[in-house]
Amino acid sequence: MKLHEYQSKQIFSRYGIPIPKGRVASTAQEAKQIAEELGGKVVIKSQVLVGGRGKAGGIRLAKNPTEAEEVATQILSMEIKGLPVRKVLVDEAANISSEIYLGITNDRAARKPVIMASSSGGVDIEEVAQVSPEKIIKVHVDPLLGLRDYQARDVAAGIDLPREHWKSFISITHGLWKVYTECDATLAEINPLVITAENQLIALDGKMIIDDNALFRHPEFSEMRDLDAEAPSEIEARKYGLSYIKLDGDIGCMVNGAGLAMTTMDIIKLFGGNPANFLDIGGGANADKVAAAFRIILSDPNVKAVLLNVFGGITRCDEVAHGIVAAMQEVKPKVPLVVRLVGTNAEEGREILSNAQMITAETLVDAAQKAVAASKGELQ
Amino acid sequence: MSILIDKNTRLLVQGITGNEGMFHTRQMVAYGTNVVAGVTPGKGGEWVLDGKIPVFDSVRIAVEATGANTSVIFVPARFAADAIFEAADAGIPLIVCITEGIAVQDMMCVRNYLDQKKCRLVGPNCPGLLSPGQSKVGIIPGDISIAGNVGIVSRSGTLTYEVLYALKLRRIGVSTCVGIGGDPINGTNFIDVLSMFEDDPHTEQVVLIGEIGGSDEEKAAEFIATRMTKPVVGFIAGQTAPPGKRMGHAGAIIEGGSGLAKDKIRALEDAGVKVARHPEEIPDLLNPTAMA
Repeated sequence: MKLHEYQSKQIFSRYGIPIPKGRVASTAQEAKQIAEELGGKVVIKSQVLVGGRGKAGGIRLAKNPTEAEEVATQILSMEIKGLPVRKVLVDEAANISSEIYLGITNDRAARKPVIMASSSGGVDIEEVAQVSPEKIIKVHVDPLLGLRDYQARDVAAGIDLPREHWKSFISITHGLWKVYTECDATLAEINPLVITAENQLIALDGKMIIDDNALFRHPEFSEMRDLDAEAPSEIEARKYGLSYIKLDGDIGCMVNGAGLAMTTMDIIKLFGGNPANFLDIGGGANADKVAAAFRIILSDPNVKAVLLNVFGGITRCDEVAHGIVAAMQEVKPKVPLVVRLVGTNAEEGREILSNAQMITAETLVDAAQKAVAASKGELQ
Repeated sequence: MSILIDKNTRLLVQGITGNEGMFHTRQMVAYGTNVVAGVTPGKGGEWVLDGKIPVFDSVRIAVEATGANTSVIFVPARFAADAIFEAADAGIPLIVCITEGIAVQDMMCVRNYLDQKKCRLVGPNCPGLLSPGQSKVGIIPGDISIAGNVGIVSRSGTLTYEVLYALKLRRIGVSTCVGIGGDPINGTNFIDVLSMFEDDPHTEQVVLIGEIGGSDEEKAAEFIATRMTKPVVGFIAGQTAPPGKRMGHAGAIIEGGSGLAKDKIRALEDAGVKVARHPEEIPDLLNPTAMA
């Protein structure tokens, strides 16, 4: 799960990383009040979980509290890349003399965490990574040893950081390492880490992504989840332990296993159809889960046909069949349903479904072709 | 006739008394796998499966008592990394971890620790291994495959079953099927398994099943081009997956423009691999003269 900038920076601050003075506001009045407390110029930053906030006009300067209120009013009424702005961060404006990039993430190829840094920080870091990758230095850390001092010095030296800033930079790097490990982050990033005109290092912006598989160790993050960033159907799916992603096509898919689910989408496309979603009911899916999956798929008005492809291993086909029957009685689908059940208890599953109105298929190719034909109204 | 597991496999099940552990132990025993012990901390001294399999408190004690040489792990995700460390420290040479959802930083620690040990981990988040007619370690249904000379290595679960079944319907048999798992950090990769198949006298051709995300398929392609003499048929899942979306597995996510299906397919084809458009096409692409 992604954290907002203000949440990430609060965490950074707890680990000794300097951040600008400031607070988050939900109304323009609050923003004005924070600006009054801070005095001087402030920067008003929209808190939405997408990149490119600045370019979209979601980050703006304000010279005084009155202007802060005006700017906050405008930003709080914006939508950025489809997400409503519900909060703004009001930070003391910094006098930037230069911008550094500093991030820690998982390097899956090296199977180790990697610290990345560049003296060309700021909004164009991704372009730097593409055009001149030599400007980004990478230091891998042994997860069993943790970050060593010499490695933090290597990072500082690698980006040609003036020596006067080494001490503070190394302390920030250690702080970020602790954030990354103790919060089970898959990304902990400061961009930019600025050197101010007053010669201080400050984390002006922050970004964190937490490993969903580690959330059991971090109950504190559960209330930080921003549900705006997810489609309601995806949130509903997670409640039932389903993995669902909405797509643009018109053939709803319900499959067990991620690899087979992707394959089912691919084969639909291969035979001229378009998948409406990815949906993995997971291993050992029971009737309740299947019924929920069915409701979620049918809540998409674009769906013209549904393909159910289950290869029973841990998942029992008779359980799946019970789920379908229950869901059909409840939602009464108006679109054709193509079903393919193979593996554990497939016979029993087909038996249960034999009275229901649906199209059955033997092979994957057969199932895909029938689903495509059904979506085009050629098969009822 | 196989790699990694065979008739001599003496299996220990970590998490044997849990629901999944119990269910699959029964299935493995029914298949003919020699399950010699189970481990559940706090339940040492009990017997399961009608008194046939002894349960121990620790892997070390279980190994001393039974000579187990392979372990399969069914413990919940939050305890799974510890279970792997325990098996490695008890000197088990082959550890198969079925558990899904292990935190990635835990897996980085596991992997960096195991690199200093003489043991092999398969998984996590994998269906395990099947050497048809000999041994089954994990959750691959036993009745969907027959013995033969095709080696299978896959990052997926049910998709692997689909392929095994498609082969069986055409009477094509398998030497060993290895599910390496869909997690970004795992114990055994494509190249490890390809190299074992290349050295196995009973494997005559190989099927590689990959999916989007990471660059393991590209690395496998390079290995196939430079080091393999046996023919390889491939399949890549996720050709229609939109970039940046997580498709269920931790592994199946496209990051920053890399890991796309089309790049993997091209790399494999450039290495001389015949790539199937869908799983049921795989039997057509296998070399018929090499079939049993």
